[in-house]
Amino acid sequence: MSTPFYVSPQQAMADRAEYARKGIARGRSVVVLQYTDGVVFVAENPSRALHKVSEIYDRIAFAAVGKYNEFENLRIGGVRYADLRGYTYDRDDVTARGLANVYAQTLGNIFSSAGEKPYEVELIVAEVGAGPENDQIYRLPHDGSIVDEHGSVAVGGNADQISAYLDQRHRDGMTLSEALKLAVESLTRDNNGGERTLTAEQLEVAVLDRTRPQQRKFKRLLGRQLSRLLEGASGASAADEPDEPEGPAEGAEGSESPEE
Amino acid sequence: MDFLGSHAPQLLPGNRALPPMQGAVEIPHGTTIVAASFPGGVVLAGDRRATMGNVIAQRDIEKVFPADEYSAVGIAGTAGLAVEMVKLFQLELEHFEKVEGVQLSLEGKANRLSTMIRSNLGMAMQGLAVVPLFAGWDVDRQKGRIFSYDVTGGRSEEHGFAATGSGSVFARGSLKKLFRPDLTESQTTTLVVQALYDAADDDSATGGPDLARRIYPIVTVITDEGFRKLTEAECSEVVRAIHDRRLEEPDGPRAALL
Repeated sequence: MSTPFYVSPQQAMADRAEYARKGIARGRSVVVLQYTDGVVFVAENPSRALHKVSEIYDRIAFAAVGKYNEFENLRIGGVRYADLRGYTYDRDDVTARGLANVYAQTLGNIFSSAGEKPYEVELIVAEVGAGPENDQIYRLPHDGSIVDEHGSVAVGGNADQISAYLDQRHRDGMTLSEALKLAVESLTRDNNGGERTLTAEQLEVAVLDRTRPQQRKFKRLLGRQLSRLLEGASGASAADEPDEPEGPAEGAEGSESPEE
Repeated sequence: MDFLGSHAPQLLPGNRALPPMQGAVEIPHGTTIVAASFPGGVVLAGDRRATMGNVIAQRDIEKVFPADEYSAVGIAGTAGLAVEMVKLFQLELEHFEKVEGVQLSLEGKANRLSTMIRSNLGMAMQGLAVVPLFAGWDVDRQKGRIFSYDVTGGRSEEHGFAATGSGSVFARGSLKKLFRPDLTESQTTTLVVQALYDAADDDSATGGPDLARRIYPIVTVITDEGFRKLTEAECSEVVRAIHDRRLEEPDGPRAALL
């Protein structure tokens, strides 16, 4: 019988963390910013079908970087958790905090179980409240910890650099157009100080807009609407766009608009 | 829903143990739902009464709900079970949309509702039936469609108009005489309220418009712009117009003899 080599626990964990971090760093970044009417998610993603940003529940959305199959798995788990909660209790009882906790448990278990390889993902869970002070943004790194973020946050490839850039320039009360432009600026700066250009086609943009009359506040910004916001037209709110079918997606009580 | 079924089956309406029957059960029942299509969409409407035997259990119950952005469901039958079934149906459509990234087809939604009604068959045999009417805008075919059901989940597509519930016999007669395929949206809303008026006229379990309490039928319109519920003001306008005419002609508009 052969004796396995001794590896110290510190070394084992450091190796796993290193492995996960490398996987995450290979992907493109996602940034999440608060603006006056909600939270905007901007990802560099040329694919129209494979999303990095998705809706979880009425006021909660999810963004992820890393391996697609791993975070898609977590996303579906999150949707199931939220829908089951909302059905069992009430739609108001589904919170970003609860969801972030579930994700943290899952990621933590996978990270420390010896049998599995750690997930190479980093997640963001955000929820819009009634006002900007009630917005919540949680960042969940690969090891199952939770970081409570405010204002702006970046995950993925150049996360540190982008976060530093955003921290300097992000302020409270930005309009959607301003926040979006700042997000795109931060994504276009690459490692060695140079700049690339990103067009609307290479971006995946979504908002949690608290002014939406529907109960479900998540909305993707696509095509012309996105180009228009990127070009200027400051102050334009996603809720003002005419191409949006009015009427609640869910529940007759959603038809009134509480914040207008 | 599959996940709910495997994870928490006790939450599904069909998976409940049935208590032994002790005499007749007296529980609120919803009554009449009508639907009619017009060239740009479909209208689904319901009266506001729930009855418990000979007692009016509730005079302002809502029996028409949005299922998702492009469809709505109106329910007749045992109110408690029906409301829960609708809640589960709404949840399932939303869940599918979020997980898959696309909406179910209208046909798919109609089939799913059929399965849910069938799962309630045991209770239906004990007198707790739920019989909905499902209407929606078919995004692929670009038209409004109506589906009716029986207690066993049997699904049939209705062309033009449909009615379900205790007052449906009278409502259908009214719809049959007044319906034309070329009506506008506002004419169709008037049509369905006329039908509900006639149902309430002859069926004691169906509530007519209550002008004194300002309780009007729930009228919803689904077009390519999505689901819309008529506001109380809009409903009151339609109802008052009909009511004023009926003061002169209590039986409503006359169809031609030949």
